[in-house]
Amino acid sequence: MSEGSGLQDMKVIVFQLKDEEYGVEVDQVRSIERVEHITRVPSTPDFVEGVINLRGVVTPIIDLRKRFEIEAIDHTDTTRVIIVTVGNMDVGLVVDAANDVIDISRESVEPPPEVVGSLEAEYIQGVAKLEKRLLILLNLDKVLNRTEREQMKDIERSV
Amino acid sequence: MDKNQYLDMFLDESTEHLQAMNDNLLKLESNPTDNSIIDEIFRSAHTLKGMSATMGYEDLAKLTHHMENVLDAIRNNKLKASSELMDVVFESVDDLEAMVTDVANGGEGKRDVSAAVSKLERLEKGEVLSEVAATKEMEKTSSNQKHDFDDFELTVLSQSKEQGFQGYSLEISLRADVILKAARVFMVFEVLEQIGEVIKSVPTVDQLEEENFDLSFSVTIVTKDPEEDVKAKVMKVSEIEDVKITLIETPDSKEEKENTSNDQQQANETVSNEEEGQQEKKTSPASSKTIRVNIDRLDSLMNLFEELVIDRGRLEQISKDLSSSELTETVEHMSRISGDLQSIILNMRMVPVEQVFNRFPRMVRGLAKDLDKKMNLNIIGAETELDRTVIDEIGDPLVHLLRNSIDHGVEVPAVRKQAGKSEEGQITLKAYHSGNHVFIEVSDDGAGINRDKVLAKAISRGVVSQENAANLTDTQVYELLFSSGLSTADEISDISGRGVGLDVVKNKIESLGGHVTVNSVLDQGTVFSIQLPLTLSIISVMLVEVQDEKYAVPLSSIIETAIIKKEDIMAAHNQKVIDFRGSVVPLINLTNFFDVPKTREDDEFYSIVIIRKGEKMAALVVNAFIGQQEIVLKSLGDYLNNAFAISGATILGNGQVALIIDCNALIK
Repeated sequence: MSEGSGLQDMKVIVFQLKDEEYGVEVDQVRSIERVEHITRVPSTPDFVEGVINLRGVVTPIIDLRKRFEIEAIDHTDTTRVIIVTVGNMDVGLVVDAANDVIDISRESVEPPPEVVGSLEAEYIQGVAKLEKRLLILLNLDKVLNRTEREQMKDIERSV
Repeated sequence: MDKNQYLDMFLDESTEHLQAMNDNLLKLESNPTDNSIIDEIFRSAHTLKGMSATMGYEDLAKLTHHMENVLDAIRNNKLKASSELMDVVFESVDDLEAMVTDVANGGEGKRDVSAAVSKLERLEKGEVLSEVAATKEMEKTSSNQKHDFDDFELTVLSQSKEQGFQGYSLEISLRADVILKAARVFMVFEVLEQIGEVIKSVPTVDQLEEENFDLSFSVTIVTKDPEEDVKAKVMKVSEIEDVKITLIETPDSKEEKENTSNDQQQANETVSNEEEGQQEKKTSPASSKTIRVNIDRLDSLMNLFEELVIDRGRLEQISKDLSSSELTETVEHMSRISGDLQSIILNMRMVPVEQVFNRFPRMVRGLAKDLDKKMNLNIIGAETELDRTVIDEIGDPLVHLLRNSIDHGVEVPAVRKQAGKSEEGQITLKAYHSGNHVFIEVSDDGAGINRDKVLAKAISRGVVSQENAANLTDTQVYELLFSSGLSTADEISDISGRGVGLDVVKNKIESLGGHVTVNSVLDQGTVFSIQLPLTLSIISVMLVEVQDEKYAVPLSSIIETAIIKKEDIMAAHNQKVIDFRGSVVPLINLTNFFDVPKTREDDEFYSIVIIRKGEKMAALVVNAFIGQQEIVLKSLGDYLNNAFAISGATILGNGQVALIIDCNALIK
């Protein structure tokens, strides 16, 4: 996933969180689902919404707003769950809306803005500039990273 | 060469062949002159050699090669399958196994085989048989089988005869200047298939099509046409030199044939009961046809099927609402079919326990030799089926129990003789179904458990106190064997007796949702009995409501459910407890414990579920009981695999996920 490794385009699923547009590469996305009943799992981090039944497979769901510390809102008609595959895990990401698949050239992707002490920048793989839009490409490995999971274990221990 | 894609296949097959070799070597040991067994072993060894040479595992190939030579010498009556010889061969098989295991673990499959090789060489000393001779030998035997029919073919022949068909054997030779052999063969077959049915050809059709034959081949057909017609029709195909046609007489004549061959063989060999053994071998049906399926595929099949079940539930609801008789009928039919489908899918995951059992005869033989004891392992019910997931886990506990019986149970021959028993100890491994459980018993006719010895040990280790000891029942004393740090063998041997065996067994079995019990009669023997659930993927649970959330509590941990009054709850040192049938049981309020959002008012009565872990108990406070249900156990996925006090999840009839409470984690 090194950016600029060629001139070819990449296909990106675009979704919204609050006022910003984010993108994940199509290869990592398995499906986009409407939100159905989510079963809460006790003693997990705040941003873990719970688990859903995804065609017979119990799949964990993460609220990306909570993950990025954006204020929470209730689910609406446009709220979607993007099922992504990272390593051998399938995880669902709750987003405000997901409605676009676009091609962007790798050239238009710039490295994330370097802001000291900004944790969020960790999750960003790059920023793509389109004509009038700015698309934040997520680094899913980081979003679902190991230290996060360690953190979850700590929480379990403290229970 | 990219070996990886073949590696799995190599490992599967070589494990299979090694197992076959082990089995057959054991048979050979008790039946040392049966050449058909040697043939089997030889075939396994030969295939293994070929495979390992192709894959580049030279040590494997080398050792197998020498083994083959020895086997060949036995087959040709140049060597006797003596006990020492068998030991060496067994050792070599062990070496082979070690190498295959090494390959499986990502190693190079290298091992110093020179010791084993030199032993084998010494065995075959003076009569080194070259590989070429061996293969020639095989070819010869295959060509001798020309007119042998297997069971299936014989059945076809005799059944055809009943229906007025005649069986003919045709020797067809082509002209020496034939150009397109395969084409002629094809034409002959076409002619034959018009007038009857071809049931056998030598060489096989595949080989014929590849022109893997000289100028003649033979075909067996069943037809209603008379002999001359068949011959005339075949002769019409051009470039056919000659057709020799003979009537096949079945099945009475087959017996005659066998009788004559029996006589011949009996002339060669003196022991007649071995002869019977061979006959049985020949007539035993070919093993059932199977394919390998990855368990993941079965899992996804299961998942998809569960989706179907959920949809079925919805459809049933809809058809009820609409009350259209046509729709109802269709839905009912679908329900029945999916019920059948469910049992088939569940059955597909079941494998015979034989898979675990078949490595034990070897192990028992080896241990018995090491310990200078004589014993015989009887296996009963190897065909009993268990879920694949259980099969994978049950091997180690059984090894422990068997070792225990061999080491501690069965006495040395001298002692047995004194006690008036036969010198050979009997160990029985028995599996059977009963209700929703599978039982596996390991029993021996050894010395039994000495109550006083166990108690003395338990007291010296501080497991029980002197005062309590006298009050224990026999069963309770035997249970002590499963506590950690208790080993009653007077001498510590390397087979068992490290005092870690039986408590490990107990833990393992309990983690599988089973129980293990022991029963014993002094001087008559001991029986260890394991009770296991049929499957791990489907469990019975009690569904409960905690506020608006639904949770599943495994029935195996539930003692009972009850409704208690608020004033029955007492406080003991900040912990709420209740008095449950005379014992003080701590109360766990699941609403608080799982931080469930409160939606309901507390009322005067509390619904509780009493759960247990071993001897300890706890009472879970819930809001309502929904009922008992069979559910499919699912994991929470890698991301959440450490959720506290949750052992998994399941999908309910309405498509929602319910979490399964891990009762073992709730009780410290």
